[in-house]
Amino acid sequence: MPKALNTAKAPSKGFAKRKKNLILLSMVAPGAIWLILLRYIPMFGIVIAFKDYKFYSKNPTFINNIIHSDWVGLKNFEFLFTTTDSWVMIRNTIGYNMLWIGLGLVISVAFALMLNEITNKFVAKAHQTLMFFPYFLSWIVVSYFVMAFLDPTRGLLPHLFKDWGLEPVNWYQDPKPWPLILTISNLLKNTGYSTILYLAAITGIDKSQYEAAAIDGATRWKQIIYITIPCIKPMIAVLLIMNLGKVFNSDFGLFFTVPKNSGPLFPTTQTIDTYVHRAIFATGSMGMSAAASLLQNIVGFVFLMGANTIVRKIDEDSSLF
Amino acid sequence: MNNSKNMIKYDRAKRNKRLNKISIPAEIIINIILGAFCLLCVIPFIFVIIISFTSENSIRENGFSFIPAEWSLQAYEFVFELGDQLWRSYFNSFYITILGTLLSVLICVFYSYALFRTDFKYRKFFTFFCFFTMLFGGGLAPTYVVSKQLLGLSDNYSAMIVPALLSPFNVIIMRTFFQTSIPTELIEAAAIDGSGEYNTLFRIVTPIAKPGIATVALLYALAYWNDWYLAMLYVKDASKIPLQYLLMQTQNSVDYLLKNSSQIGAGVVKELSKLPQDSLRMALVVLIVIPIACAYPFFQRYIISGLTVGSVKG
Repeated sequence: MPKALNTAKAPSKGFAKRKKNLILLSMVAPGAIWLILLRYIPMFGIVIAFKDYKFYSKNPTFINNIIHSDWVGLKNFEFLFTTTDSWVMIRNTIGYNMLWIGLGLVISVAFALMLNEITNKFVAKAHQTLMFFPYFLSWIVVSYFVMAFLDPTRGLLPHLFKDWGLEPVNWYQDPKPWPLILTISNLLKNTGYSTILYLAAITGIDKSQYEAAAIDGATRWKQIIYITIPCIKPMIAVLLIMNLGKVFNSDFGLFFTVPKNSGPLFPTTQTIDTYVHRAIFATGSMGMSAAASLLQNIVGFVFLMGANTIVRKIDEDSSLF
Repeated sequence: MNNSKNMIKYDRAKRNKRLNKISIPAEIIINIILGAFCLLCVIPFIFVIIISFTSENSIRENGFSFIPAEWSLQAYEFVFELGDQLWRSYFNSFYITILGTLLSVLICVFYSYALFRTDFKYRKFFTFFCFFTMLFGGGLAPTYVVSKQLLGLSDNYSAMIVPALLSPFNVIIMRTFFQTSIPTELIEAAAIDGSGEYNTLFRIVTPIAKPGIATVALLYALAYWNDWYLAMLYVKDASKIPLQYLLMQTQNSVDYLLKNSSQIGAGVVKELSKLPQDSLRMALVVLIVIPIACAYPFFQRYIISGLTVGSVKG
């Protein structure tokens, strides 16, 4: 330590400042290099969206492939919009997102309010723990859970249907029930998480407000409407903005693994993310995949900015930035 | 007058110990609703545990059932006998999780510490540099090709670690944690005492920020443990795949489990015909969820504190 003391005193102020910045730069370096390699360099790959991406037979490295592929302008986007697939995947992505943002908001705020009312802290903790558990499981594991209920030969539901004399449903071939199945899976896995976020916001509210309201004769219900809800409004707004920014994205794991990659289910399970994946690995159309990704990025960005602007107009303190 | 009446009511309520609370029937209803939802959250897992202990004959006749006709340990016997691939994948998952978490936490702490330092000249630039990637990215196709061709992420452990090394969301959490728990004066004082930047970070800041670091470490560990996507993209070699991807493979065919078996040969083929397909799959699920289920009650608190900090202040 004394040695460090001596060296620190010696250099001039400007030098010390430069040295400090250099050391801090060295701390940022590993992360920054990672960001460049895995996030910024791939951004240049967006040009694929405007090219007819082909393998350059002489030396098929990524850069050569890009350079030697022809420019096709907006053709990839045109393709994307003229096929019926695109309409289906965009409708599914936005539809599920909107439905789940709404349902998730109502259910998790309601659950958080309920959890907050429970007097026995042990019971409240137990509810919280059980509810949060599925959030920590991977979608692969959840897909097995779903399979245990729906598997055509062994599953619980097909057997119950047979026992009750109902017409059998081939769950992994029939797209109709999947909006419900996906909604249930998603709610069970993610409600606990958002409930806990809201609960944390609720427990952060100053208790004296409630006591004052109680003295003035406000019922518990009135306190929720006039104190709790207004207090967690910023939190609701932030989560809403973030979710709206992701309205063109979908949870790839859910849509890819839970329907077990089954083709007949695509009308209700295909989303932009699963399309982007399948376009590369199943049909080999890099250009369309890149076009879909780019579109997803731009729309997401616009939605995020739009939602934020609207929230800022309504209530300035609630906006994200 | 009215007010004093209320005061009396308030005092009486206080004595009844249900001061400013909802009525007992209402609380019972709330408990029923929440209890039902919690049950729905854990029933699938319990169902899978039951199936894993059901005999194959009973499954063939009655399908999966909450009350099986015949219990059996068959599936677990097979796993322990022939499960070389499973143990291999267990090792891979632990290896990837531990190494990945260590590296990620180091990178995350360094990066967010620099962003937290208000006297860092390039702070604004690097903050934007990191958070911009949350809003905009190249998409899967270019990222995949760059990783595979430029960075050589293919069929090796780094393919399952490197792409997940940094998460801007965790940087937000860590930076916010520094901002709320470390006073700037402390760092200034350390600098005046001649402590170098790295010394300050490791000896002074890290001990204070321990709960925050634990949170971020757990979030990373969970992400590594639950990942199957990177393995699906970059790894073909069965000896390197992690548990989650093994589970994905066995969904199509349980035979995958025998890939690395030491008893390759006629013995395996004979065993294969006896393989309790369905209960074996479910036994795998149970064995994969168990580490998380055991650790979960302990790390839950940290995760909650991290998630709330990250999203409130993000």
